[in-house]
Amino acid sequence: MSFLSETIRKQIEAYIPRYPSKQAVTLPALHIVHDELRYVPKEAIEEIAEMLDLAPSEVYDTMTFYQFFREKHNPLGKTRLWVCRSLACHLRGADKLLDHFCDKLRIHPGETTKDGKITLEFAECIGACEGAPCVLINDEHRLNISHEKADQLINELTK
Amino acid sequence: MTNEPVLLARINKANSEKLEGYRQDGGYQTFEKVLKEKSPIDVITQVKDSGLRGRGGAGFPTGLKWTFLPKDHPGPIYLCINADESEPCTFNNRILMEKDPHQVLEGIMFACYAIRSQTAYFYIRYEYGHAYRILQKAIDELYSAGLLGKNILGSNFSLDIFLHRGAGAYICGEETGLIESLEGKRAWPRIKPPFPAIEGAFRKPTIVNNVETLACVTHIMRKGNDWFKSIGVPPDPKNPRDAGSYGPKLYCLSGHVNETGCWEIPMGITARQLIEQYGKGVPNNRKVKAIIPGGLSMGFMTESELDTPLDFNGPGKVGCLGLGTAAVTVIDDQTSMIDVLHNICQFYAHESCGQCTPCREGTGWMLKITDRLRRGQGRQEDLDILVEVADRIGIMPGTTICGLSDGAGWPVKNAIRKFRAEFEDAIRTGRRSNLKSLTMAGAH
Ligand SMILES: Cc1cc2nc3c(=O)[nH]c(=O)nc-3n(C[C@H](O)[C@H](O)[C@H](O)COP(=O)(O)O)c2cc1C
Ligand code: SF4
Ligand code: FES
Repeated sequence: MSFLSETIRKQIEAYIPRYPSKQAVTLPALHIVHDELRYVPKEAIEEIAEMLDLAPSEVYDTMTFYQFFREKHNPLGKTRLWVCRSLACHLRGADKLLDHFCDKLRIHPGETTKDGKITLEFAECIGACEGAPCVLINDEHRLNISHEKADQLINELTK
Repeated sequence: MTNEPVLLARINKANSEKLEGYRQDGGYQTFEKVLKEKSPIDVITQVKDSGLRGRGGAGFPTGLKWTFLPKDHPGPIYLCINADESEPCTFNNRILMEKDPHQVLEGIMFACYAIRSQTAYFYIRYEYGHAYRILQKAIDELYSAGLLGKNILGSNFSLDIFLHRGAGAYICGEETGLIESLEGKRAWPRIKPPFPAIEGAFRKPTIVNNVETLACVTHIMRKGNDWFKSIGVPPDPKNPRDAGSYGPKLYCLSGHVNETGCWEIPMGITARQLIEQYGKGVPNNRKVKAIIPGGLSMGFMTESELDTPLDFNGPGKVGCLGLGTAAVTVIDDQTSMIDVLHNICQFYAHESCGQCTPCREGTGWMLKITDRLRRGQGRQEDLDILVEVADRIGIMPGTTICGLSDGAGWPVKNAIRKFRAEFEDAIRTGRRSNLKSLTMAGAH
């Protein structure tokens, strides 16, 4: 019995013909697992490695380089909320916005709310600086986040 | 005629991202014609003669780069599209991909035809989920229409375009970091030479181009070189090494302005015109203290330098690293340059890939020192230490593998040189930053 579901394995396999090396499927495979499970467990790393003819340590090495993928002891909540802290947002109140989210959610950056709904993190420029300060909801932008809009967003995400 | 936008011409149309509308506006007609009537060499020659220079930050002549590929190579040759767009304050690639993806895809098709590539890897940062989904739909439309795949429109030319998502690392924008990341490894930039044109993705000849560069290729092929060269700034006759700054450019504007945004403007607008005409000035009756002219890595211009044209030459004349991404961020006169510099140092310390000791340690030191300054605990000698560190990290001093560290050092050098009095004053008076969160727990 494999740890990864048949659907996930099929999704990963579909990437293999796209590249001249199987190792190139590492990031797509990690994304598929991470999006689904909200973390990448050791069992998944081993199975990805097997599918791609790699050592598990090679997959783990690539995975940890990005500081993007969560591991079992520290899974993501349902929504990953990134608050941009880079210059354009910094100049328009990003620090206070991040503090506001921390206060309202009662967590520090990097942590997940008790109900598992929101993981709060800061991010470097997310490429939506015209709408500073801005945030990323998983992988979609929301622009011009006033404290009022932040509160609405929290309501929306914790519904 | 020269001010008529092309890159952003369609973005406000309904369904601007759909193939049907793009074709109604003449899209892919030129590609079909080129496929029938022109050879790959013709396309390279045209792009070379247009004077187009890369929009990704370095301004390298695009056609010239394509000629660096080995002659008569049996293949495969790859095109990598750089859509990592992570230089802080830059967002023009995102707008192109979200609002008019087909002009980018058509540019990719011209480029692949020219360089004889049958596979293009479109490396897009993970944060651009919306653009990713739009692009995937656009690519699917092209396969259904027979414009991608095997023997396109009955020709000998076959092409696949694959999207590849990043995972939140700035260094994947550096072209060899991108290639390593694509290959499924740590995104550690490679020592050059060999340059990617000789040995790139999967050890094969590879061209890496920025999204906006490729969108420009579409319009050059469609409208011709006379049109392209009628826009922008010709080479400086006094500078034999200047290749000119031709064509339209997408300028991003953010920070302390009344209107932020991205506009298509002929190359060479001055920073002051951009801020006043497009940004509608600085809010709250404040004045400009400084700007960054093209992403954090380029350093700072002061108020008195705002009449500098933002072309490939201008920013360098006032001590900036270059035009970079032409993303201008305005900093008003009530903002502390110490806070700004700390914010910038924080970015590079976070994003250094850690491979070269001078960069890994140097960016960390610069962050620690600027943090000390921010807390009112700075010492006069700190300023010299900062400059010394900044001077020693980078490709230019020859101590590191990639340009991230040159970009990390530049704003530090510029800030201390151009705003030294403010730094000295803050140290003398022990002034603390008034930001609420002086400590921020590390995450992500
Ligand atoms: C640290 C670093 C980050 C970079 N990030 C990007 C980027 O996000 N997008 C980009 O197009 N070029 C980026 N570049 C420049 C690329 O290395 C490369 O020059 C460019 O993609 C070439 O495309 P062009 O010739 O079309 O401009 C970066 C360079 C460095 C040193
Ligand atoms: S200069 Fe910095 S970012 Fe570039 S390869 Fe070296 S350590 Fe990595
Ligand atoms: S600085 Fe926040 S999105 Fe660019």
